[in-house]
Amino acid sequence: MFDQDVKYLKFKTYLNTYCPHCHNSFNIEKKEEKSIVFKAKYNDQDIDLKLSPYLDVFDIETSVPIKEGDTLDDVICPKCKKSILNKEVTCGECNSSVGEVMISALSKLMPFYICTKYGCEWHGLSKADERKLKLKIPRQDMPEQDQKLRISNYQEVPYGYTTELALLEAGRCLQCKSPKCVDGCPVNIDIPAFISLIAEEKFDAAAKKIKEKNILPSICGRVCPQEDQCEKYCIVGIKDKPVAIGRLERFVADYERKMDLVKAPVISAENGKRIAIVGSGPAGLTVAADMRQLGYGVTIFEALHETGGVLTYGIPEFRLPKSIVQFEINYLQSMGCRIETNHVIGPLLTLDELLDNFDAIFIAVGAGLPIFMNIEGESLGNVFSANEYLTRMNLMKAYRFPEYDTPMPQGSKVAVIGGGNVAMDCARTAKRAGAGEVTIIYRRSRHELPAREEEVHHAEEEGIIFKLLNNPVKYIGTDNNKIKAIECIKMELGEPDQSGRRRPIPIEGSNFIVECDLAIVAIGNGPNPILFQSSPNLKLNKWGYIDVDPKTNETSIPNVYAGGDIVTGSATVILAMGAGRIAANAMHKKLSKKPKRKVKA
Amino acid sequence: MFQIVRKQEMAKGTIIRFDISAPKIAKKIKPGQFIILRVNETGERIPLTVADKDSFAGIITIIFQVVGKTTALMRSLNTGDIIKDVVGPLGKAAEIEKTGTVIMVGGGTGVAILHHIAKAYHEAGNHVIGIIGAQNKEMLILENEMRNICDELVITTDDGSYGKQGFVTGPLKTYLQERYDIKLVYAIGPIVMMKNVTKLTKEFNIPTIVSLNPVMIDGTGMCGGCRVKVGNETNFACVDGPDFDGHKVDFDELENRNSIYLKDEKDSLLFSIR
Repeated sequence: MFDQDVKYLKFKTYLNTYCPHCHNSFNIEKKEEKSIVFKAKYNDQDIDLKLSPYLDVFDIETSVPIKEGDTLDDVICPKCKKSILNKEVTCGECNSSVGEVMISALSKLMPFYICTKYGCEWHGLSKADERKLKLKIPRQDMPEQDQKLRISNYQEVPYGYTTELALLEAGRCLQCKSPKCVDGCPVNIDIPAFISLIAEEKFDAAAKKIKEKNILPSICGRVCPQEDQCEKYCIVGIKDKPVAIGRLERFVADYERKMDLVKAPVISAENGKRIAIVGSGPAGLTVAADMRQLGYGVTIFEALHETGGVLTYGIPEFRLPKSIVQFEINYLQSMGCRIETNHVIGPLLTLDELLDNFDAIFIAVGAGLPIFMNIEGESLGNVFSANEYLTRMNLMKAYRFPEYDTPMPQGSKVAVIGGGNVAMDCARTAKRAGAGEVTIIYRRSRHELPAREEEVHHAEEEGIIFKLLNNPVKYIGTDNNKIKAIECIKMELGEPDQSGRRRPIPIEGSNFIVECDLAIVAIGNGPNPILFQSSPNLKLNKWGYIDVDPKTNETSIPNVYAGGDIVTGSATVILAMGAGRIAANAMHKKLSKKPKRKVKA
Repeated sequence: MFQIVRKQEMAKGTIIRFDISAPKIAKKIKPGQFIILRVNETGERIPLTVADKDSFAGIITIIFQVVGKTTALMRSLNTGDIIKDVVGPLGKAAEIEKTGTVIMVGGGTGVAILHHIAKAYHEAGNHVIGIIGAQNKEMLILENEMRNICDELVITTDDGSYGKQGFVTGPLKTYLQERYDIKLVYAIGPIVMMKNVTKLTKEFNIPTIVSLNPVMIDGTGMCGGCRVKVGNETNFACVDGPDFDGHKVDFDELENRNSIYLKDEKDSLLFSIR
């Protein structure tokens, strides 16, 4: 039923139209022919007007030829002979008067307007009715891989919208005049504009619209926490579920990629200045694309043998296929960005050495130092940091051991400590690796889980057990020093702490044992000092992250900028990209004033 | 892409020396630092401490013993072949200073790493006493190179086929008892050797540095796989080491952690043979 209603908005199907006075149906159906017939007045003549509303195009037949651009004097119901011209409403495009008919939508009659100017094809509902209608469409779910099937493979779980679903979902957007969603987006994508392009079935143009602000839409559409950003502020979301902006973003980006419509952007003339980017994660890639587009020579340095940073080593294949990450990186290379893998900046090249060869540096090394709880038994065999576990599985492809040489950490009972997205990723990966039982141990309650609701939901669907309000106090090992159990303590929630979340407090004497043969510690990451050791003049904050000017993201060393997790601590892909955008703008502003300088060979 | 410019089989083909062309790394790497390499697309990342370098020629030297799948694969490579990824320099460099008399103890392939550090100590003007050991005569490596840089050199073999029969701890004990001017002991080799050396030097209260080689993946402090307990503190060997105060290292824990993948290593080798 809802499908039908939405299509009314587009006037795509044959409408049942009625006279607003006598409720006579204007529709005539003969064999192959479907049309709407009115009487009309034109140049003091009575004429017959026949509309064939197919596929957005009005095919008009009249008994007397009408000049293009002329408006009809009157439109009359053939049965009750009353005028159905509505003088109070004007056409949405040319301000001519409109004919008012009634259509049946949502099980009641609603006025529907058709422009009387010959050549203008405007037609539609009143804004208020359109809004009412849109609000009746439910948020569309993405088709997903079956939960029983997916726990035995690493393929992506959601399949993405079909064209039909995307059109339906796009139809829900109210096209607000002052859209709140745009403010909620860290890179300020023009969300109503791209959704309206989807509604017009201009998917390629929609993708290009997003790319004006975000170079990685197929990645952000998958991993952004939209529920805390754009979708949080969506007006539809006040009464209903918000418009699925992220899913639409993913849809158009995938469409563009699959249909081979991705084009390298126009690059400004080479300006002879060079930018070094340290780290090929989301922040680094954003700066690379922005600066390259402005005509700078860009070189990206990556410590690992594979590019993409956390997109490659951290986020699992079933949540973000690596082929997509590689596609985006190939795109950057096609723009002329140079990528140097196996370059650990700091030990191999210091920042000072880079400054000799580059006009500016952007540091985006992420937060990659795993945090441990420093409790007894943490060094037992089969106790992993989430970083190590995910790096083995994703980057080193250990799940294909022994075809790939890196061994896969195996366990039949797996315990994951922590409640963030990384914890969910570890738990779901372990399930796919063949663990019979996977448990998440988190010290607060379900309400405080930092992971995205969607991830928690997927984890639950896949049979991950949640042991909430529990905290490990000790890892217990076997005789040959492998883990066999975790001693936990029950927690209760006290007063809110600085983060606004209620502080967990251990309940004395409530200790109990959770058996497991593989434990993954996913309680967060800190700043990795490997870069700083050779640059003592780089100012850090008290947590060890880089101190930057928030307006420009420039560090204490002139022409050295930083952004992403290495400035903020563990955050999201899109925030890292937002930080990259700020730095790129500031860099360009500063460097374009600077004369071209001679660069050492 | 990193080319092997020279391959040399030492010790009956179980210990191999590669000279690899890696100009940027060769320019920067210091004694005690290591590299991580990945032979091919499906390969694992393994850490290897550099045995020597030639900054001008842009060459680094690694010496490894064939123990598992990756090292077996590396043995099959020849001069002119390519190693897909080499990343470095990683870890902290050894702190080289002029202190006086130092004893350099090396066992097995540990001698390769020791050589690089001993050379630096020699060049800094120290009196270097070398004690190097191996299972037997064939397995002994870098004897001549060590002889060139050591003021005194003692060789031991487990079976007595060359030099003194016994472990390196024998001559070390003699030195510690006879000489009072020893400022520092460097011990690099199998875990059990380093454990026994540190036990001995502790009795004499001589500062001892060991170089650890735990399981690691990225080598930049990201995975935490290489964590070792040093004086009740958890350290990452890749960024805090690989050299540590030998008297503080928990060797038992290190031994346990290094044996986690023994079964997988076997499976992996069997798979590659099939």
